[in-house]
Amino acid sequence: MAKPATRAASRRPIARKGAKAKRGMNRPSPTREELINFYRDMLLIRRFEEKAGQMYGMGLIGGFCHLYIGQEAVVVGMQAAINEASTVVTSYRDHGHMLACGMESRGVMAELTGRVGGYSKGKGGSMHMFSREKNFFGGHGIVAAQVPIGTGLAFGHKYKGEDAVCLTYLGDGAANQGQVYESFNMASLWKLPCIYVIENNKYAMGTAVSRGTAGTSLAERGAAYGIVGEEIDGMDVVAVKAAGEKAVAYASSGKGPYILEMKTYRYRGHSMSDPAKYRTKDEVNRMRQEHDPIDNVKARLAEAGVSDDELKAIDRDIRATVTEAADFAQSSPEPDPSELYTDILIEA
Amino acid sequence: MPIQILMPALSPTMTEGTLAKWLKAEGSAVEPGDVLAEIETDKATMEVEAIEEGTMGRHLVAEGTENVAVNTPIALLLTDSEDVSALDQSPSPVPDVALASATPTQAPAEPRGALPTPALDTDEERFFAATQIQTVREALRDAMAEEMRKDELVYVMGEEVGEYQGAYKITQGLLQEFGDKRVIDTPITEHGFVGLAVGAAFGSLKPIIEFMTFNFSMQAIDQIINSAAKTLYMSGGQMGCPIVFRGPNGAASRVAAQHSQDYTSWYAHCPGLKVVAPWSAADAKGLLKSAIRDPNPVIFLENEVLYGQSFEVPTDSDFTVPIGRAKVVRPGADVTVTAFSIMVGKALEAAEMLAGEGIDAEVIDLRSIRPLDVDAIVRSVEKTNRIVSVEEGWPTCGVGSEIAALMMERAFDHLDAPVARIAGEDVPMPYAANLEQLALPQPESIVAAAKSVCYRE
Ligand SMILES: Cc1ncc(C[n+]2csc(CCOP(=O)(O)OP(=O)(O)O)c2C)c(N)n1
Ligand SMILES: [Mg+2]
Repeated sequence: MAKPATRAASRRPIARKGAKAKRGMNRPSPTREELINFYRDMLLIRRFEEKAGQMYGMGLIGGFCHLYIGQEAVVVGMQAAINEASTVVTSYRDHGHMLACGMESRGVMAELTGRVGGYSKGKGGSMHMFSREKNFFGGHGIVAAQVPIGTGLAFGHKYKGEDAVCLTYLGDGAANQGQVYESFNMASLWKLPCIYVIENNKYAMGTAVSRGTAGTSLAERGAAYGIVGEEIDGMDVVAVKAAGEKAVAYASSGKGPYILEMKTYRYRGHSMSDPAKYRTKDEVNRMRQEHDPIDNVKARLAEAGVSDDELKAIDRDIRATVTEAADFAQSSPEPDPSELYTDILIEA
Repeated sequence: MPIQILMPALSPTMTEGTLAKWLKAEGSAVEPGDVLAEIETDKATMEVEAIEEGTMGRHLVAEGTENVAVNTPIALLLTDSEDVSALDQSPSPVPDVALASATPTQAPAEPRGALPTPALDTDEERFFAATQIQTVREALRDAMAEEMRKDELVYVMGEEVGEYQGAYKITQGLLQEFGDKRVIDTPITEHGFVGLAVGAAFGSLKPIIEFMTFNFSMQAIDQIINSAAKTLYMSGGQMGCPIVFRGPNGAASRVAAQHSQDYTSWYAHCPGLKVVAPWSAADAKGLLKSAIRDPNPVIFLENEVLYGQSFEVPTDSDFTVPIGRAKVVRPGADVTVTAFSIMVGKALEAAEMLAGEGIDAEVIDLRSIRPLDVDAIVRSVEKTNRIVSVEEGWPTCGVGSEIAALMMERAFDHLDAPVARIAGEDVPMPYAANLEQLALPQPESIVAAAKSVCYRE
């Protein structure tokens, strides 16, 4: 399934007035080092999520737990396209986003087990984690609530004259909420540096896009507001990064928001308690076998002459990181009962 | 040594399940990701996938075994280097299990099986001559199905109510019986579909709106309050809005602040709405039927933890429970305890504990919060002279605050102690297991409050 490293991303510029998009022109192919980084970052998410799934099964993680397995290329590619000052906000399916932002595996895992060493001291859990240091603004449990919030972060970037964008991630199901369109209107009206990354993994819980969405091109959803949108192969991290860079250049030059519809797929159920009867095993297997984002990079790495041994060393490192995170998440104590009453208001 | 495969937890509230089927026979090769077995929970059938590779050594739990507790070893997996003789050595748990020494903290298991039918003091009693044991889940579904058979104008609408059979399986089978004209899957667009349903109700349809949970009703609260609740008044009585908003409310288990909130007092605040919050399956059924027949907007608050609990439910399809009437679920002489929804179970547990200390508590299930059956509470306080109000929601401006004020106005001369309020802690719901437990009212806190109003500390 090797693909030429220079292959242009499958993209479709929409509502683009004037200039035609240049298809894959002058785009340098990824360096060996870049590919290795993609591999490492995606594999970390994959292994982390597998471990989280296992720990959920053992009762160490409670509540809702939404895994990101299958979608790794989206967040890893986008993160590679932004600068340090940029901000990120997403939904409850947030573990991958946090790892990609550079948050530590152990802190994320310890939040999943509800321990004091977690990013929210155990008070937020899987769906509600944050890191001001890493410019990660959550982790939001209410479908689409993060969309106006991300628009507001972008508003702040513009207000303060920062060279930064906000990556606002949302699902295909979230794209039906009214507040998304209220956000699009304001973002376009005020030319806010907001990149809306719609992770179209084909399902909102048990509802296939075609059953919940009239007019299934989500990239076109901003057309009425004059927002440029593109559809990207979200299983191809190289294509994602290239699209991300273009969107960032556009948004940071003062032209306003941008929509990237990432065609992707989640391998696991919606959450740990989803029997996933709405799709066939075949469909899942086909995606895994033919479109896996990690296999995709592996093939590119082979072409670039990276040896199996080098990859194995990375695998070992990652397993060690994840094991260490799991150990920490189990040995970190539960929060002190007094924590129940802290962090409700800031003492003024 | 072989690896133990444990019964997995497959949902936030699962404590046990049925091992429905083995898909890997003893002796067959296992790859990571292979489906090993099918597990049935009260919600769904789920597949257990292999994490490690090896050979299926032995099934420790036979197909068809029910009530297998989470974390019970269900099979032994042989690793590459092992043969069957390894099965008789003492199995080593997978390394992760060994690490799992910090015991996973779980919400206390709710009482299982049929609870005793409470003493009855109203005309609902005659319906209890013929009953069946049903879960709250089944009772709710039957209520909707019976009303939909009777009245073509009744329809159900919400996220995942149709093909998925309900996120919590309350609408199970309704799509099959009534078709997709009357059982409608919506996009995730609460403000939109609630507004649409309010319009449909103005046009004399009778929508039942399922919120996947009441947390998401916040997206739609403007349409609920400003449109559904107020329009009758603003139109001088012309524009009735016969609609039911139902779904799970309050804390479930470990789903944290944005998914664990009790909205009872929020809705009870608003004129133009009726608000009910049943505990037993019989009340769930009887009140839901009344809500569907009611010409007004009714907020119908369910509880996820109660869905799987069983109670006696009258079989007569004419059985309904009038909105606005409380029920004494345990008569007593020394102290009145009011509660609703899941807290009724906690109050009954507390009453048992109090009985052990010689205090005879009367437990009242309010069932209906707006209108509130104040007469029933006053009647009880005239007898006991003491009252403790219990709710899961926050204390400030809560249902307990309202009851305290009403007792001042209506029963002041009968009170021998100040009204006591038990409520959820005044904090957003924490995720950590220990903190969640501390944030929710427990029977012990009800016992302490009851003793205090009896001056028995
Ligand atoms: C306002 C609101 N409504 C409903 C839910 C319940 N819910 C959680 S996730 C989800 C599906 C969202 O699907 P999508 O946006 O496609 O994201 P994905 O889960 O596929 O990443 C639903 C209905 C919620 N959390 N918030
Ligand atoms: Mg989706």
